[in-house]
Amino acid sequence: MVDSILKTRGLGKRVSSPEGELVLLHNVEMNVVAGETVAVVGASGSGKSTLLGLLAGLDEPSEGDVVIAGQSLFQLDEDGRAALRARSVGFVFQSFQLLDNLSALENVMLPLELTGRQDALAGATEVLERVGLGPRLHHYPKQLSGGEQQRVAIARAFVSTPALLLADEPTGNLDSVTGQRIIELLFQLNREQQTTLILVTHDNGLAERCQRRLELRDGQLWSQP
Amino acid sequence: MSSLKLGLRMLRREWRSGELRVIWLSLLVAVAAVVAVGVFSDRVEQVLNQQANALLGGDLILESDNPISSQHSQQAAEADLKWVMGYEFPSMVMGDDEGRLAAIKAVSSGYPLRGELKISEQPFATAEDATGIPTSGTVWVEPQLLSDLSLSVGDMLSVGAISLRIVAVIRNEPARAAGNLFALSPRVLLNSVDLAATELIQPASRVRYQLMMAGELQAVKQHKAQLQLQLQPGERMLDVEDGRPEVRMAVQRAGRFLGLAALVSVLLAGVAIAMASDRYAERHFDHCAVLRCLGAGQSQILAIFLSQLLIVSVLAGGAGAIVGYVAQAGLVNAFAPLLGGELPAPSLRPAGIGLLVGLVTLFGFALPRFLALRQIPALRVLRRDLQGGGVQRWLVLLIGVSALMLLLLIQVGDVVLGLYAMLGVAATLLLLSGLAWLMVLGIGRLNGQVGLAWRFGLLNISRRATASVVQVSGFGLGIMALLLLTMVRGDLLSEWQLRLPDDAPNRFLINIQPDQVAEVEQFFAQHGVGNVPLYPMVRGRLVAINGQEVSVDDYPDDRAKRLLMREFNLSWRAHIPASNTIMSGEWWQMEGYEPAQFSVEQGIAEAFGLQIGDSLRYMIAGQAVEATVSSLRSVEWDSFQVNFFVVAPPGLLDQYPSNYISSFYLPNEHYALLNELVKKFPNITVLDVSTIIAEVRRIIERVTMAVEFVFVFTLIAGLMVMYAAIQATLDERIRETALLRTLGAQRAQLQKGLLAEFASLGMISGSIAVLAASGAAMLLAAKVFNLAYLPSPWLWIGAPLASAFVIALVGMMSTRFILKQPPLRSLQRE
Repeated sequence: MVDSILKTRGLGKRVSSPEGELVLLHNVEMNVVAGETVAVVGASGSGKSTLLGLLAGLDEPSEGDVVIAGQSLFQLDEDGRAALRARSVGFVFQSFQLLDNLSALENVMLPLELTGRQDALAGATEVLERVGLGPRLHHYPKQLSGGEQQRVAIARAFVSTPALLLADEPTGNLDSVTGQRIIELLFQLNREQQTTLILVTHDNGLAERCQRRLELRDGQLWSQP
Repeated sequence: MSSLKLGLRMLRREWRSGELRVIWLSLLVAVAAVVAVGVFSDRVEQVLNQQANALLGGDLILESDNPISSQHSQQAAEADLKWVMGYEFPSMVMGDDEGRLAAIKAVSSGYPLRGELKISEQPFATAEDATGIPTSGTVWVEPQLLSDLSLSVGDMLSVGAISLRIVAVIRNEPARAAGNLFALSPRVLLNSVDLAATELIQPASRVRYQLMMAGELQAVKQHKAQLQLQLQPGERMLDVEDGRPEVRMAVQRAGRFLGLAALVSVLLAGVAIAMASDRYAERHFDHCAVLRCLGAGQSQILAIFLSQLLIVSVLAGGAGAIVGYVAQAGLVNAFAPLLGGELPAPSLRPAGIGLLVGLVTLFGFALPRFLALRQIPALRVLRRDLQGGGVQRWLVLLIGVSALMLLLLIQVGDVVLGLYAMLGVAATLLLLSGLAWLMVLGIGRLNGQVGLAWRFGLLNISRRATASVVQVSGFGLGIMALLLLTMVRGDLLSEWQLRLPDDAPNRFLINIQPDQVAEVEQFFAQHGVGNVPLYPMVRGRLVAINGQEVSVDDYPDDRAKRLLMREFNLSWRAHIPASNTIMSGEWWQMEGYEPAQFSVEQGIAEAFGLQIGDSLRYMIAGQAVEATVSSLRSVEWDSFQVNFFVVAPPGLLDQYPSNYISSFYLPNEHYALLNELVKKFPNITVLDVSTIIAEVRRIIERVTMAVEFVFVFTLIAGLMVMYAAIQATLDERIRETALLRTLGAQRAQLQKGLLAEFASLGMISGSIAVLAASGAAMLLAAKVFNLAYLPSPWLWIGAPLASAFVIALVGMMSTRFILKQPPLRSLQRE
């Protein structure tokens, strides 16, 4: 039996709107094993980001649960979920989400420092060198191109060697050539570190590079061939 | 540890990127203002106190009915205080063939420690500063004595067992002013080395022994506290509080003016910091979300931002304190000659208070917002519209204002002033935000009736409802404070100065007998001196209140004790004097009134705990006179008009032995007239209070300068508030303007829109502010300064127009760069 790194049980999310209650996700069942790469695709507004938020414990579901590395997310309080993320989850966002008042190096050091690691500087430098940003360690986000910023974000995601990496439209803000390079980098690091990757995208090319594709439609998750 | 490191690291970048500029600068201005105002006020107050002490002859006086032990003078010397001894007692002195009761004063070398002793060679001739005390074998006397005894300078005067030569005429004696002006015999001043030879001090003599001391304020304060504990029966301490009421009032008012100016500066800076902090916190929502997402706990986030606050407050506070000291030093140097010489060295206390105010201001105003940062949901990384649960803005402001008030109460030390300011701020904020909401509603209706640019501008105001309310409140408070200070500085001060016109009474005549009243009036009429009103005066001792006999031991209050020990001057009048205001109860009618009533001065009433309806019994010439308190009056003692603590209607006191008193203005060049007067009426005593008037007038002038100095800081703080208010919506404005330009809006159109928005904001803020400031000024005038005040109608028109102009100007200048740069760059700034 292969280890399950992420599992959802009857996950659902409803919100109230002027038109009444809106079902964003309904009875989502997901089981991702360690080292797997999974793409979640769907039309705009299909609830991809909502699902990602729930998987990371950034939001609370209306029903159901998410289990990461054997730990039920929603039995933990907000700080407990934050600690779990610090230990086991890495993120890559469409809009990079770098702290503009920290340099590339400082941004990458951040996850290590938050967990009190003493080797933050060495670890962050090494990963940045691996993503090809060795000469730009001390640049601030505003001094970097979009592709470089996303590489910093990827370095930050991998620096704490998370078991699970969540990526939200990682190429959404990049031109196709840069996007392609970023994807290469993402998958390369993923292979090297044997991370489990779940990425949300509407880019079919990108989705096809994943071992498994799931489609979010009408608030439910469907396997794609 | 890592949170602190992280906080510091993030801050370093904030510093360089300039995002922290507003908050840092606001804090710097706040601390600089508090420190500069604090140090300057501190030093000015010290000078004022010293100069007021000049009227006492020293900073602190220990007075005793028994010889003062040398231990006291030793202690004074040990406390780094200079000291001199004085001995005062009444005694008959003899001229060639007549005698007169005189107030003898023997002093040791060094007298007076404070103030100037002025003498002249002839009575009423030009006075000069004395360069010491009478040498052994000589005396200085007041002019009255010369005329009473028909003596001249150079003649001999018998004082007890010895004869001393009169070598000078006393024109102004500092300590003389501190006593009761109206119960005086003419002064004879001699050197204490001659005292023993006079043989006048015998075991049963009524001698007042005085140890006069002076030195650094702090040393005086400490010594006063120490002495207080050692006081023996029959010993008492005098300081300026116990001196002449008109001087005490002037110094108190001075303190209040400065206190108000300081208070307004601090409040303004606080508001600027609140607005800047608000924006700072808002700009870090995303950071917090990312940090949450990366696994930071709530306490970690709080620690990161609190450490930033701490560092900012220490750095800005330190810089502010330095700027404050430098600023006050520069100004003090410029003002020192005008302030009459050396100012005492600045103390460190204002710096401590300044730093504390800075810390509390920053934390008080920023902490609630920063606490809200903890609540920022991590999901914001995916959905930017999400905000934290947060704290309401008004609550944030309330917490900040309360924190500040607490400090102000400590700093200003005036609960009444603090409370009025607090109520004023609360009422103003309520008024401002209430009216701002109405404006937002009203502006929605204007929409169809104005052109495109104005519609866009006005729409912005109503669309950003909350931000607009905050902005109008910020502008309004800033403008209000500036207006208030303008009013206080200009109108209230001149109101005060009017109190003491050039022709304020400068001479007092006392001891006029009832049968001389007509003659004296005729004398002045003949010499063309009009307006010499004569008031009857009866002396009586207060013996019972509400039928209960009173004794000195019944009252802990020093003032009440002193008042019980001596006789009161009572008077009767049909009309209320112009310099009096009825605070409660009623003045008697012209006719048909009950004669057994008293109108009592408020301060005395407080000292004895008197209320309307209480009955007072006086012993007057051996007979008991009882009457009911029917009104309480406030008295403008600094008007130099003749005033009485207790006044009765005509009919109650008329039959008792009385004499008359008058105060009037006589130009110095007519002093010869006074010689003639005392020759004609030898029993009448003339008192010259022109030096005291000059002293009070100088205090007023100095306060005016000091308030103007403080005003500069208030102005800066006010501008900071406006700047912060404009900054508050800057991010949104940048984004919108860039978007509109992308959509094809012309620069001129956008400019007009912004102009419309800022001018409207300014106009409305100015209107509300002038309303609030007028109300506050009238309230302050009535309740704190005891002045009647009506704001100029021009302010009502001028202030809204001026604020519309200034805010439009500042607003356009600070948004100019948005219109200049290409829209994409603005969008990328996001």
